[in-house]
Formats: sequence, C-alpha cells, structure tokens
Amino acid sequence: MSQRSIMPGFRPSLGFTVIYLSLVVLIPLSTLVFKSFELNWHDYVGIITNKRVLSSFRVSFSTALVAALIASFFGFITAWVLVRYSFIGKRFFHALIDFPFALPTAVAGIVLATIFQPSGFLGKLLIDTLGVQVAFKPLGIVMALIFISIPFVVRTVEPVLLEFESNMEEAASSLGATRLQVFCKIIFPNVFPALLTGFALAFARGVGEYGSVIFIAGNIPYISEIVPLLIVTKLEQYDEVGATAIALTMLVISFVLLLLINVLQLWVRKRSGQL
Amino acid sequence: MNAITQPINPAKLVARQQVALQDADWVRWSLIVIAVSFISLFICLPLGLVIFQAFSKGVVAYWSALSQADTLAAINLTLLTALVTVPLNTVFGVAAAWAITRFDFKGKSLLTTLIDLPFSVSPVISGLIFVLLFGAEGWFGEWLMAHDVKIIFAVPGIILATLFITFPFVARQLIPLMQEMGTQEEEAALSLGAGGWKTFWAVTVPNIKWALLYGVLLCNARAMGEFGAVSVVSGHIRGLTNTLPLHVEVNYNDYNIVGAFASASILAALAVVTLILKSALEWKQGNR
Repeated sequence: MSQRSIMPGFRPSLGFTVIYLSLVVLIPLSTLVFKSFELNWHDYVGIITNKRVLSSFRVSFSTALVAALIASFFGFITAWVLVRYSFIGKRFFHALIDFPFALPTAVAGIVLATIFQPSGFLGKLLIDTLGVQVAFKPLGIVMALIFISIPFVVRTVEPVLLEFESNMEEAASSLGATRLQVFCKIIFPNVFPALLTGFALAFARGVGEYGSVIFIAGNIPYISEIVPLLIVTKLEQYDEVGATAIALTMLVISFVLLLLINVLQLWVRKRSGQL
Repeated sequence: MNAITQPINPAKLVARQQVALQDADWVRWSLIVIAVSFISLFICLPLGLVIFQAFSKGVVAYWSALSQADTLAAINLTLLTALVTVPLNTVFGVAAAWAITRFDFKGKSLLTTLIDLPFSVSPVISGLIFVLLFGAEGWFGEWLMAHDVKIIFAVPGIILATLFITFPFVARQLIPLMQEMGTQEEEAALSLGAGGWKTFWAVTVPNIKWALLYGVLLCNARAMGEFGAVSVVSGHIRGLTNTLPLHVEVNYNDYNIVGAFASASILAALAVVTLILKSALEWKQGNR
C-alpha cells in the first residue's frame, strides 16, 4: 500500500469522502464554535453558572456515571455467563443483548416510563415493597440509562473473554491457585481494559441520551432535568446562544472525560503488560 | 460504538465452553441466574410490554390507531428519510473505506477519527447544529427565508439530521474488514488487465458484501428510529414533519396510549427484524 500502488480511484474516493464529510459533519459542527463567538466570557459564565443549568449538569453526569457503573457490573457478569457457561436459551439471550441498541429510543422511553410509573407494573411493586419511587426521579433516569448501556458493556467485554487463552488459567490452577485467585490475578486484569472501554462508551452515550430518558424523568427542574432537555428548552424559547453555550460545554466536558479514560486505559494496559 | 458493530460469531460461543475451566456449581448457577434476571428485567420485560400495551384495547383499536392519516403520514416520512439517507451514507462508507484502506496519505488517521465524530455527539446537539445553520437566526436563515425554502421544521432538516446521525455506520463496518483483507486480490485482478470498476465489482464487492449489508442494516435501524436529533429540527407538525418515533411521543403526551404503543409496536418489530437479520449476518460472516 503506497501512493505508487496500481490501485485506481484514489482522487475520486478521497475527494468524495472529504467533501461529503465536510458538508454533512464538519461544517454543521463548526457552527457550534462560531455561534459561541457571539458570546463574551461574562455572558457565557452567566449562562453556565445559572442554578438550573448547573443542576442539570449534575443530574446528567451523576446519573450517567451511576448507570454506567451498574451496567458495567451486570454487563460483565452477563458477558461472562454468555461466553463461559451453557444453559437453555443462551443463544436467544445472546441475540437479545443488542435489543436496546436496535430499539428506537422513544419507544424505550415510553416503555420504561410505563413500567416504572407509580401505577406501573414494577413502579407499584417498588413503592409497595420498598417505598422507592423510580419514575420522575434521578433513579428513573438511571434505569433508562442502564437499559441503553447494556449492549455497550457486554459487546465490548464478550470478544475479549472469547479470545482469552485458557492455557494461562490452566497453568495458574495447576500451580495451585484457587478459582478466585485465577479470576482476580489472571482473568480480570486481562479483561479490565475492555471493561473500561465499555464503561466509557456507556457513560458517553448516557450523558447525551435524550429519547429514552425524557419520558421517565418527569423533567422537574433542579431534580430530574437533564442537559439535553435544557438545550431543547432553550431552543424552544428561541435562545440559540444559550443552547449553544450549554451544548458546547457539555461536548467539551464529555471529550475531556473520554480523554482521561483513554489515558487511564493506556496506564492499565502498560501495567498489565499488554503494550 | 465500534464494539457494538463488531459481529460475533455465535458458533465461537459454543466452542469456547469446551475448554472453559469449570467453576463450582453454585457459582455458575448464581451467575447465570443474575445474568438472566438482569436481561429479563431490562430487555424481555420492555419487549413484552410494547406488545401488551399495543393490544390492550383489542386488535380493532390497534388497527384503527395504525390506519389513521397521521400515523400513515409518519410511516411514509420515516420510510422516505431512510430511503434517502441510507443509500447516501452507504456510498460514502464504501468510498471512505476504499480511500482509507487502499492508499497511504497524510492525515489518514485524522480522517478516520473525524468519521466517527457523529457517534460522540449527543443527538440533541446533532439537531441543534442544523438549526444554527438553517434556522431563522442561522447562517443561511435570511437567504432561505428570502427564497422561500424551508429546511428547519420541514422534511429537508429531518433528512439532514438523520444523515449526520447515521453517518459513520457503513464506513465503520468496512474499514477494519478491508484493512484486514489487504490488496493482493485486487492487485492480481488489475495486473491481469481488469479495469478499476470491474475489479471493484468482481473482486472487492463479493468480499465485503456481508459486512456491507451489516452496516446498511444498522444504519437503516438508526435512520428509522432516530428521535433526539429529528425532534429538534422537526417542529412536530402532525401529518407533515412527524416521523414515526415523533408520532409515538406526540401520542404518548396526549395520553393516547393505544396510539402511542401501536406506533411503537411497528418500531419494536423493526428492531426485532433487525436483530434477526443481524444474527443471520453474523453467522454468514463467521462462516466466511
């Protein structure tokens, strides 16, 4: 593969790619940056430090974090069970994992709201037995985000568990390690970077998620209002500058967090000798 | 995102069990119970509920909800959106994969990263950027107004937002595969005198067809189901700019539960069909 290759079509394919990318993605995204130039620093700080805006950031990032953690825990167990054990209906469950990814978010939203609302099937059960209300609370947002996070975690961990060489395990156990030791010292460190990737994908998706959240959240300002909803609200009030300021801030925070997770991942890989 | 779109051959799952070191029975069974309960609670229950709610007032109510003019208009708009966006992003995906995997050039890894960009942008922001471009206050707002062209709160805006959201699907699927494939087969065909297009159709396409279909399938599912981005640019005009997912929202907010779930059941059916085809394509790719 070099520029001297006899392959045809370099100019047309690259030209089309770059032009199409610019028209559909880059130019539209750049409006975000240019629009923010209409703001001076003072106004920007004013918009972002508004109490309602700050609350929505707290709600969005904390619920996404909790949901990604829970989804990572159960997602790991699910991937483990799907790869290592056999049971009736396993293939069916394997195919179902992608359902949250394939199901339009609006549908997920109304379904979860119906299940968890105070009169709903699980909502009533949880109030009656534990006294916990899920819908119209941050907990409801967490539930919706767990739902959409599942495939991200399971599908990232599954291939790594599949490729994992069993001879390392065999060597460890033949040298007298217990199952728990083998898991903690051999298997988990090898799978951890993938789990971290799954967690990061789930978290990033959760922060920006809109459709599956707004129905169950109840969207009560200061309590269960997420950042994407606030952006929509600003737009409905024709406050494009305000919407842009919030959107840009959210994008920057998300990118910084993803960068940190990537650095952490690199560090983990180096430590476990995978690089 | 990349991880999700990577196919896993289910046959491998079977082979893996044979070499697995045995865990104690109680560990195995409790983990299976935890995983199955988790998936049942978060996936099987929602799936069951869509069907239950849609038919809760009987088949007749279900059918009349679906045959309303607004519902049919929403179905048409959803189909139109997918019909425009999927082919465009497919052509782009093939061209991008060809340029990236068949040639060396400066800025290649930057280009690959930029292609993934729409995946890391919130759907709402994906809608917002088109409002900033074409909205009344946007860059082209005045010009569009003067020439009486409507993009925001109209069909073109919905198509543009969907185009942005589904942009990476096909390219993401093809790039790793074509990288792994290498160029030998194509070079052989070219050196034997086949033309560029002939080589592409006779050598490249047969090699990438399953991955291509897989990408198209995921792209289509998202194009038909996108909610956040479309909701920002659509304006929710009944019978005109409501796609099926928006129609679900409007009905739900009007307490028309049967109507909402009837439309939702079509989208759920789309998701199920997508999953079945996806599993089938994973088998095909695994057996390649």
